[in-house]
Amino acid sequence: MHPVTKTILERLGLGLATLFVVSIIIFSAIEMLPGDFGQAILGQAATEETVAAFRRELGLDQPAYMRYLQWVGSAFQGDLGTSFSGRNSSGIDRSRAVVDLIAPRLWNTLFLAGLTAVIAVPISLVLGISSALYRNSVYDRTVNTVTLTTISFPEFFVAYILILLLASLYPVFPSLANVDGSTPLFERVFRTALPALTLTLVIVAHMMRMTRAAIINLLASPYIQMARLSGASQIEVIVKHALPNAWAPIATVIAFNLAYLVVGVVVVEVVFVYPGVGQLMVDAVTSRDIPVVQGCALIFAITYILLNLIADIIGIITNPRLLHPK
Amino acid sequence: MSSNSDKGDILLEIKDLEVEGFSDEKWHDIVKGVDLTLRRGEVMGLIGESGAGKSTLGLAAMGFTQPGCRIRGGEINFDGIDLAKLSDVIKRRYWGTRMTYVAQSAAASFNPAHRLIAQTTASTVRSGAKSKEDAYQDARGLYAALSLPDPQNIGERYPHQVSGGQLQRVMTAMAMSPRPDLIIFDEPTTALDVTTQVEVLSAMREIVETFNTAAIYITHDLAVVAQMADFIKVLRYGKQVEEADTRSMLSTPKEAYTKSLWSVRSLEKEEQKGGQSFLSLKGIDASYGTIKVLHNVSIEVAKGTTVAVVGESGSGKSTTARVITGLLPQTAGSVEFDGKGLLKSLSERKKEEKRRIQMIYQMADTAMNPRQTVGEIIGRPLEFYLGIRGTQKSKRVLELLEMIELNGNFIQRLPGELSGGQKQRICIARALAAEPDLIICDEVTSALDQIVQEGILKLLMRLQMELGLTYLFITHDISTVKAISDQVVVMNQGEVVEQGQKTDVFQPPHPEYTKLLLSSVPEMDPDWLTNLNSGRREA
Repeated sequence: MHPVTKTILERLGLGLATLFVVSIIIFSAIEMLPGDFGQAILGQAATEETVAAFRRELGLDQPAYMRYLQWVGSAFQGDLGTSFSGRNSSGIDRSRAVVDLIAPRLWNTLFLAGLTAVIAVPISLVLGISSALYRNSVYDRTVNTVTLTTISFPEFFVAYILILLLASLYPVFPSLANVDGSTPLFERVFRTALPALTLTLVIVAHMMRMTRAAIINLLASPYIQMARLSGASQIEVIVKHALPNAWAPIATVIAFNLAYLVVGVVVVEVVFVYPGVGQLMVDAVTSRDIPVVQGCALIFAITYILLNLIADIIGIITNPRLLHPK
Repeated sequence: MSSNSDKGDILLEIKDLEVEGFSDEKWHDIVKGVDLTLRRGEVMGLIGESGAGKSTLGLAAMGFTQPGCRIRGGEINFDGIDLAKLSDVIKRRYWGTRMTYVAQSAAASFNPAHRLIAQTTASTVRSGAKSKEDAYQDARGLYAALSLPDPQNIGERYPHQVSGGQLQRVMTAMAMSPRPDLIIFDEPTTALDVTTQVEVLSAMREIVETFNTAAIYITHDLAVVAQMADFIKVLRYGKQVEEADTRSMLSTPKEAYTKSLWSVRSLEKEEQKGGQSFLSLKGIDASYGTIKVLHNVSIEVAKGTTVAVVGESGSGKSTTARVITGLLPQTAGSVEFDGKGLLKSLSERKKEEKRRIQMIYQMADTAMNPRQTVGEIIGRPLEFYLGIRGTQKSKRVLELLEMIELNGNFIQRLPGELSGGQKQRICIARALAAEPDLIICDEVTSALDQIVQEGILKLLMRLQMELGLTYLFITHDISTVKAISDQVVVMNQGEVVEQGQKTDVFQPPHPEYTKLLLSSVPEMDPDWLTNLNSGRREA
């Protein structure tokens, strides 16, 4: 087996192990949440017997490890359980499967993250490489100042400024990003434009500065001086000699930001009323809808692990020492 | 190509060149008005200590300056064009095509991300002189001419997949690929073992002769420059000391400074017979993980003598030192010190045992905490081993500084404020502070200039006389061994090849490896390499 395949399989195995540990942490953290779902739903007036019966019905009376095993076992089969909400004291059960709740929201989130990535990653790379190329010039300083400014403002502020500019003063895009399953693709892109732009402004600085730093870090290497002495132009030095050795740190920071786009954008979702996973999770926490909270947390964990795995793999396949061992 | 391309025509003429560098908030002169004339097909040797401005001058001959440096004045006429007046964009047309560069560390100077043959031919292909296929074919021919193994396929490898000596030859092929008029060799063999150095030197010399290329050969090693150069220029403090053809420079140097460079190799010491065994290694095996690096190593060291351990990189010299100090517990065999067995691991040994064996390292820079003053560095072992504190400690630190020929002003200085030789002296004082009986010196002079080396070696010898110290002196430099040792241990691939009194080891008959090692050490005779190669070819 090629050593790289072996390393990748190893990393996959480690990823699964991490996921297992994370699932325990998620479960225990939620166990430790104060308050009781039954009590909360049924209200202060409910008798102890009613609450106990309700808990029995949801399986909350069983010991924690049993509930954990059941949850993990069915999660492996793609079943994240049934949402607590939709049940109430009237006894009518309108609850839905967690998977059905999360799936459309997750699709929306991934769409927004994907659209943002398609805009932000190329911009960051181009800005990072060009500011390394013209480092310490007016261009470099301008790019740094502007991106630092946008990252320094809170997300909601950037969002409202964009709404003011692009939806209110110059109505180009809609300020509400309400999409659903039936929205056609082009319309979807159009409505998602403002949240995607907001997120782009928020993440570009980090990726761009990391790209710039990773490249400049290599410019002091003897092989860069050697490239100059063999007549390579400034662009060739950066693109052909520095960049190929800089992919590992760049991939890591891109993965980090993409993960953020999936798991950390609830504020932007709220501002633009965008139906993503973030809002779903916050709502679920408020209503103590434990299966939904657990499901969302698990998906977030998978996102982080997968993206970091991909960054690791990019780091490996762009390193000839690992790709072509002695 | 220009019209005047006959051998003997002037190719490069530098006039009153001044280069300065920016550091500590101001500009400093690095090269102070140097003249240089190089004709086609000639090889010029450029020698001097570190900081003499050799590399800066070599690069400036290409019109290139390192970041933070600039050419302040003078002319660099290369085939009729003044490079000093051109912008980088124009000069790039000459770099990598008509003038090329061979760097000191090939391992660091190849881009790890690209295959060797692509790097070898990059500038030739870029300039359009040859098509990619032709350039590749030509490169394979050059690999063969430089006696690289498997010349047809070695270019498909990445830099990390070949050895240092091979990389240095690939870099020579890279410099030769565009068939330049001028090659700058910047200490190209300094990082190599002697046996590898001989091969690389021969390959370089042959190819420069074959293509009648002019070259500037920068080095601090006089014996090496004697083999390569038609004439030699000596630099000091950015100025020329003298220039002459190689033979007369070697036989009759004029300037006092040049003579002092030459005299370093004459350091000698009276050989002492080994007495009663003081340190004795018996049948030592040691491994890093699953890789076994020492095989049945037995070494005897007599009290008050200097035992030199010689060998090339990877021979297990430093590993032996790690076993003696307890840093790497051996897997078999025993270490006996002053009649008593030493426990394998450092943590099991008594403080007193640790005190009696001290080490001095190759890189004095990294062996000292950069945030501690000289006083703290030397004071620590005094306090730790001997419990000396307060004014007593300060007094003792002063005494130690006196012993290493430095004055009390150094107590408050940080390592960063010292020169290379001074740093190594502080390391010696730190070892002495523990009042040891045995000092292990691991390549202590390798990173130093020859004149500074001589000073450190003299100091070590004096201290041995005065304090009755025993040295285990690890080195790859045969001339150092000749200068200071009483007994010699030759190591190769983790085994002891030969050991005995210095005169015996350096006298034939030799085991095969010792013979190879000794014959590979360059001598000051300009015909040495030629004779050696013809001798080896016959054998």
